[in-house]
Amino acid sequence: MIHPIPPGTRDVLPDEMRELRRLHLALIDVFEDRGYGEVATPAIEYDEVLARGDGRTAASAYRFFDERGDLLALRSDMTIPIARLVGTRFADAEPPLRLCYLANAFRAVRPQRGQMREFAQAGVELIGAPAPEGTAEVVEVLEAALDAAGLNRAVIGLGDADLYRQLLAELGVEGAARDSVLERLATHDLVGLEAELSELKGIGDEQVATCVALSQLRGGSEVLEEARALGGAAVERATARIQETFEALEARGAADRVRIDLGLLRDLGYYSGAILEVYDPALGFVLGGGGRYDELLKRFGVDLPAAGFALYLERVHVAQMEEESRRRVDL
Amino acid sequence: MSVEVAGLGRAKAEGPLKLAVPRGALFEETLDALDAAGIDTAELRGESRSLIFEGDGIVLVTMRPSDVPTYVEAGAADVGITGKDVLLEQSDRMVYELLDLGFGRCRMVLAGRKGDERLGEAERRLGMARIATKYPRVAERHFESTGRQVEVIEVKGSVELAPLIGLADGIVDLVATGRTLEENDLEVREEIVDCTARFVANRVAHKLRAAEVDELTAKLRERIGR
Repeated sequence: MIHPIPPGTRDVLPDEMRELRRLHLALIDVFEDRGYGEVATPAIEYDEVLARGDGRTAASAYRFFDERGDLLALRSDMTIPIARLVGTRFADAEPPLRLCYLANAFRAVRPQRGQMREFAQAGVELIGAPAPEGTAEVVEVLEAALDAAGLNRAVIGLGDADLYRQLLAELGVEGAARDSVLERLATHDLVGLEAELSELKGIGDEQVATCVALSQLRGGSEVLEEARALGGAAVERATARIQETFEALEARGAADRVRIDLGLLRDLGYYSGAILEVYDPALGFVLGGGGRYDELLKRFGVDLPAAGFALYLERVHVAQMEEESRRRVDL
Repeated sequence: MSVEVAGLGRAKAEGPLKLAVPRGALFEETLDALDAAGIDTAELRGESRSLIFEGDGIVLVTMRPSDVPTYVEAGAADVGITGKDVLLEQSDRMVYELLDLGFGRCRMVLAGRKGDERLGEAERRLGMARIATKYPRVAERHFESTGRQVEVIEVKGSVELAPLIGLADGIVDLVATGRTLEENDLEVREEIVDCTARFVANRVAHKLRAAEVDELTAKLRERIGR
């Protein structure tokens, strides 16, 4: 007899579980080796606490009342719960703090798309270490994690979350128009971006072209020069931040698999400064991401800069299988 | 080799670049655009029933226009060409829209029967009109954004039929020349949006195959003179 489970959730059977467990252990070993202590937090939190971390979007897709009438929510990532944990349990600890996790998170899904409501994330949070060195350390840990998973061809995109916010402020684009332009940039709808910017008052053809061209710049450190040639104070500041991070990575010998990407824009509201995205040639989907969130901890009473990343465990597992079969073919 | 390119394992951002080519109304002009970009399309113009054509450093995969976002989102095709109407209807597909190719121009419109006030009357007296369409999400968004309530009825075939035999009060459909509307005694009541062919890319391919994607984008852009 078939007893259904909700769409977007799944059971894991022994063959898969064995492989996932191996991957879990490999990743946590990498994190622990580098001084990141593993923590766990409840899957259910007070909605108010999660919303404090990310006021821009609804923090959770799943909210419900408990027996006392309090509004609870399922976490949608681990960064906000860990910010809450640090604010509560480590407020007086000597920074930097190094924490890691392997936990399930929950997100809304679009129907009929095979998306998961519940998914596992493995990641680290480095709290109290500012840019650029803090960011460089996080990228280094990420690279070690990818290597441990056997994804030595994976590539890390490095961008800047403040670039377009500041650029649009410089151009005088505010309010709804600004949000709409950022949305076009995040989804990389270049046709819509161009049309939308062209309609705004006070924005000339040259500035429209700059915005579009900027979002297409990706590659090695040479793209920073190309970006600067497009001009503007916002671009100048963002490229300087990226360059600092990139140089810190070079000094650690960790820049080889990092591609600078000025078109990068992550949709989580709490990022500031450096942002990261992870790709593997074996998979058409993003494997994970992260970046800096220097303003987030402040909302939980601890004014510390922070950075981190999260890998989608199931996607890493798929890429791992693909890379293995590719290596078999090559032999 | 072609079977391997298409069939082995998951979608991959490696090997020759895979381009999704829409069959149907956009087919000829897509091939012209690709020819102008230096991609040989002679094989596709023949009588071949094949779906996959290998060229010099590129693989052309032919499919229904409405499948293009699906293949490109998953990375089964790295880049593709399809209509804006398809992208609007499938706006939840995460593909990068890189270029307006300018051809295949048509309009998404609301149409009703000529000289028939049923559409307005249904809205006024019943508070709700019935709209048949192949683009339910575009239609819903249009009426929602203009503050009107409608019942959207999705049909798969000739949508012009619906108001003629009483399934719906009006239709939302794509119009190129307007001849089909004319022949079925229908007329345009509202323009919703203009649509043209677009060049789209997979998110990972756009990052990991930047040089190839940018080169192809530049060649396609050259032709439309911008």
